[in-house]
Amino acid sequence: MASRKESATASTAVMAIPAGTLDSPVNQIQIEGLVVLKIIKHYQEEGQGSEVVQGVLLGLVVEDRLEITNCFPFPQHTEDDADFDEVQYQMEMMRSLRHVNIDHLHVGWYQSTYYGSFVSRALLDSQFSYQHAIEESVVLIYDPIKTAQGSLSLKAYRLTPKLMEICKEKDFTPEALKKANIGFEHMVEEVPIIIKNSHLINVLMWDLEDKSTVADKHELLNLSRSNHLEKSLQLLMDRVDDMSQDIVKYNTYSRNVSKQQQQKHQYVQRRTQENTQRQSRGEPSLPEEDMSKMFKPPQAPPRMDTLLIAGQINNYCQNVKEFTSQNLGKLFMAEALQGHN
Amino acid sequence: MCCQQAVLQSSFSNMSVYGPVVKIHPVVLASICDSYERRNEGASRCIGTLLGTVDKHSIEVTNCFSVPHNESEDEVAVDMEFAKNMYELHKRVSPTEVIIGWYATGFDITEHSVLIHEYYSREATNPIHLTMDTALQSSKMSIRAYVSAQMGVPGKTVGVMFTPLTVKYVYFDTERIGVDLLQRTRVLPSRTKGLTSDLSQVGGSAARVQDMLTTMLAYIDDVLSGKVAADNSVGRFLMDLVNKVPTISAEDFENMLNSNINDLLMVTYLSNLTQAQIALNEKLVLL
Repeated sequence: MASRKESATASTAVMAIPAGTLDSPVNQIQIEGLVVLKIIKHYQEEGQGSEVVQGVLLGLVVEDRLEITNCFPFPQHTEDDADFDEVQYQMEMMRSLRHVNIDHLHVGWYQSTYYGSFVSRALLDSQFSYQHAIEESVVLIYDPIKTAQGSLSLKAYRLTPKLMEICKEKDFTPEALKKANIGFEHMVEEVPIIIKNSHLINVLMWDLEDKSTVADKHELLNLSRSNHLEKSLQLLMDRVDDMSQDIVKYNTYSRNVSKQQQQKHQYVQRRTQENTQRQSRGEPSLPEEDMSKMFKPPQAPPRMDTLLIAGQINNYCQNVKEFTSQNLGKLFMAEALQGHN
Repeated sequence: MCCQQAVLQSSFSNMSVYGPVVKIHPVVLASICDSYERRNEGASRCIGTLLGTVDKHSIEVTNCFSVPHNESEDEVAVDMEFAKNMYELHKRVSPTEVIIGWYATGFDITEHSVLIHEYYSREATNPIHLTMDTALQSSKMSIRAYVSAQMGVPGKTVGVMFTPLTVKYVYFDTERIGVDLLQRTRVLPSRTKGLTSDLSQVGGSAARVQDMLTTMLAYIDDVLSGKVAADNSVGRFLMDLVNKVPTISAEDFENMLNSNINDLLMVTYLSNLTQAQIALNEKLVLL
């Protein structure tokens, strides 16, 4: 096969900073083929129609690489008996895996996504607790719909140290965020992934190619993808609506703050005026009242949601742009084909 | 107990077999390879349970897990407690999977296999036994499936024979694409492969189609110059292929193409605008 191999450089995602540029403990992720197949299979079996499927990643850390060697899925939360203990399931699973010499070191978790909408509070919280406990952990996002269209879509994310600090403080007011200077681009960083297989698995691959009679599916070159585009745009529009609502809230808040400042200022002025008048008349001045009791500052809206929505919108836009560039390429190919007719 | 091995290697491919067809997913094979690589010191093979679904005519194997076991000359010990536990855990995640058999790495079926098979026949009705030759004895990783059948003279010692079954590989669509990507790792000496993104993937796909076309053109040239005898069925396929390109008048096609391109360009413009908007918003807030 002609040499069109890509070297494992950082992907050019605008959403996230390539991890190599930051001072993080993990610069690259190495996944075994087995893990990829297991994640695909898990979504295929359990994920039809339901929200997300999740699971745990196991592996080890080698220098600045995070090697993921195995994984196991989590059962769904929805149809539950109340006494289902997640921690117990996890403990038992890891204990059993240890018996068969599988790496039982917890290094992260994976989740499937629907058209790229995964930047949510829940994900942030989970990833924060993981990263807090285990420094090198990552979250793998698997996009099954994009994969079905022809190319495996698997991305690894970590929270930036800045965001970790903010989450630790649990302080999401505008002032704190301004101090930390966090934009939606600095929330998560993407870590490049490479896939590595052992020799035995390579032998298996050769064998499979030999035996399987299924022709190479060229899903990627399929032209009819407008459905996907529609859905993505719809989600994008919803998010933009959310964003505008949020902005309105923030605007009213800042307007309230400035109004209050004005009121305070006026009050102080009146007070000092009255005081000088009284002094000139020889009467005792009025006591200084406590400002903060009179003018209670309005509640600052939490800015974390805005950040998340902005991040999500950014992600959608990235996906849409990728999709359109691919489709443009395909259209030009179709034109070339027609040109020969 | 006297047992016999099914000595069918020579005529394996030509056997007509009765019994269900075994459909295997690549996940299972990769798992078996992995557990073989991680086996304990001194163990020459490893075994495990197969999970899947049973149909009327076929058995689909979708998952597996390995079970620790010890094997020596005259005895074999399998951790059955462990097997049961793992099955329970797996059932929580995928309740539709049942135990359908077991696997072992290695080329032949040994006497111990019979004992283990007996244990598994208590767990599942008519279990299948899958062997995978990870030691590559025949310079190929032969993957075979068997089902056991009683044989012997009634009244006297009864034996067990393993009859082979046809093995097929099935993939889900997404699995197919995953396996394609994995297969590309075997060409590189470092056995690694990065995940490409957007336009380069289309380029890669187009290159593959081009390769296929060149092979075909070479074949056609050979046929035309008389080097290779023409094959009618191939010719018919080629005819189909050429006819698949739809004939549309140039003007209509131009219109369609342009409108599609306009749509895509507009969407790109809008998404760029949105991104600029939120970036601006961010900067303003941080002022």
